[in-house]
Amino acid sequence: MTFALTIGPGYYLALSAMLFVIGSIGLLVRRNPLIMFMCIELMLNAANLAFVSFGKDMGDLGGQVSVLFVLVVAAAEVVIGLAIVVAVMRRRPKASVDEVSVLRG
Amino acid sequence: MSSFSTETIFASTITTPDIAWVALLPLLILCGASIFLLTVASIAPKDLPSSFYAVYTGLAALASLISAIPLWVRVQDNERGPFSTIAGGFSVDGFSLIITFLILVSVVLVACLASEYLINEGISGPEPFVLIMLSASGGITMAGASDLIVLFLGIEVLSIAAYVLAAMDMRRVQSQEAGMKYFILGAFASGFLLYGMALIYGATGSTSLVAIRDFLESTELTNDALLLAGISMVLIGLGFKVATVPFHFWTPDVYQGSPTPFVAFMASAVKAAGFAALIRVFYGAFASYQTDWKPIIYGLAIATLVVGSFMAIVQTDVKRLLAYSSISHAGYILVGFQSGSENGVISVSFYLITYAFMVLGSFAVVSIVGGLNGGQPTLDDFEGLSNRRPILAAVFTIFLLGQAGIPLTTGFFAKFYVIEAAIEARSYGLAISAMVTAVIAAFLYLKILVKMWMTGETESDPISNRQARANIPIRIQVGFVLLISGGFTLIFGIWPHPIVELARDALPIL
Repeated sequence: MTFALTIGPGYYLALSAMLFVIGSIGLLVRRNPLIMFMCIELMLNAANLAFVSFGKDMGDLGGQVSVLFVLVVAAAEVVIGLAIVVAVMRRRPKASVDEVSVLRG
Repeated sequence: MSSFSTETIFASTITTPDIAWVALLPLLILCGASIFLLTVASIAPKDLPSSFYAVYTGLAALASLISAIPLWVRVQDNERGPFSTIAGGFSVDGFSLIITFLILVSVVLVACLASEYLINEGISGPEPFVLIMLSASGGITMAGASDLIVLFLGIEVLSIAAYVLAAMDMRRVQSQEAGMKYFILGAFASGFLLYGMALIYGATGSTSLVAIRDFLESTELTNDALLLAGISMVLIGLGFKVATVPFHFWTPDVYQGSPTPFVAFMASAVKAAGFAALIRVFYGAFASYQTDWKPIIYGLAIATLVVGSFMAIVQTDVKRLLAYSSISHAGYILVGFQSGSENGVISVSFYLITYAFMVLGSFAVVSIVGGLNGGQPTLDDFEGLSNRRPILAAVFTIFLLGQAGIPLTTGFFAKFYVIEAAIEARSYGLAISAMVTAVIAAFLYLKILVKMWMTGETESDPISNRQARANIPIRIQVGFVLLISGGFTLIFGIWPHPIVELARDALPIL
């Protein structure tokens, strides 16, 4: 007995949209820079999921290839971001972006 | 799974797309030079002087510029014309080349400013110059991108290097904060951009701008919600990079906190690359959706003009003031962009070229005057500048009048052409608001001029401070930047035709 359980691209796209919304809201409401990074990663990976599921749906390899490029970029971005955060937070032990507020006006 | 057997992999030859290496030469020279510099500097036993790095960067940018000239000749030749390479991923046309020229010239001028700044701040090492070159190579990639993924790679190479440049002056709290804010908000915008690209890919089945344009022209989409969502998210992502309201929040903080030469780079090269990408995507791929995106740009342009010029008036920190002024300039460029016509592109190119020189010159002056104040000059530092440094004050006057759009400077023609393009496109409301905000912004620049020319030294200013200010040295490299940008602003302000002709020859063709 087999179950004909098909999960169409719509489900993946809905998941990807949810991940994107969680990422962007998380970035706006959280104050810990590391959590904010994780939210950025979530947004980029939501886009990756969308690329893959569109590509799979259309039978086009382009979507999957795009993901490889995005992964490299995301890795580079995290390297730079973590370096900046470590440098900034050395001076301020409480890891919160609210502390970083010299520039305003 | 049979297709993955070893036999078929070896049997089928992998065909790689043709690559016209000549077309990529400007890019390769710049990348190669930056990586070579990094390698040499890391194995050299002693730190080389900053001026060496600046000269090296300048020469690399010049070599790259010279390698682009044959391409320009080829593109202008009627028989050969524009072409694209790497399977249609990178196109070489007048528009991409003129943005390339602009970015490379600003690299040369920024390298001059940076060497002076880094000596004053006691920062050694090749990293700032390597990053400037890498960032510029990202900008050149954006200018020629005719595929969404290439565009994304370009924008990220440009931005990731720019995040580090913003945080370069690590000892200063302001610079750290600027770097962090720029990074978090920039990455947020990249997320939007990328998700928008994914949605566009889903709606049209391709990431190539040419394929997207052909698809949209030949097919009537029954449900274009996906596509419209994608277009608006790409607009958010790119709008962030060029600092349009309401995606401008990072600009004042980043401009105020970052080292002045790198602010000049952001305001000239990064902005030019951002607008080049906007033109590539919206004039190229989404030309048939003009009725959908034009009203949005209309609204963005008015918001950017109004917020930029009003917020600039209340600022006291000069770099923050110039940040808001650069936001309002982005508004004018959007006025030309909104027209959606050939004249619109010409006016945008003209504006980008002329604005780059004005803003590079302005920040050169700011970096001299702010030298004593930790690179954070306030309006009061400009009080009585005409008594202390009459020539510097005169040069700054040229740049301020240019940004205000006073006749006999390039700024006047820049504003004139964008407004003309808007009127041709029957966007009268937009043209009128551009003119009104130009008057408001003129008040702002006049405020600085009055400070410079009409007020003497303040009584409260201690004499030692006054003497120190009078003796700020102007190094030869900064003098060169002032000479080039001031000369450009004045000469082409009187005789703009060569630049107009250049912009006319530089239309994007997909």
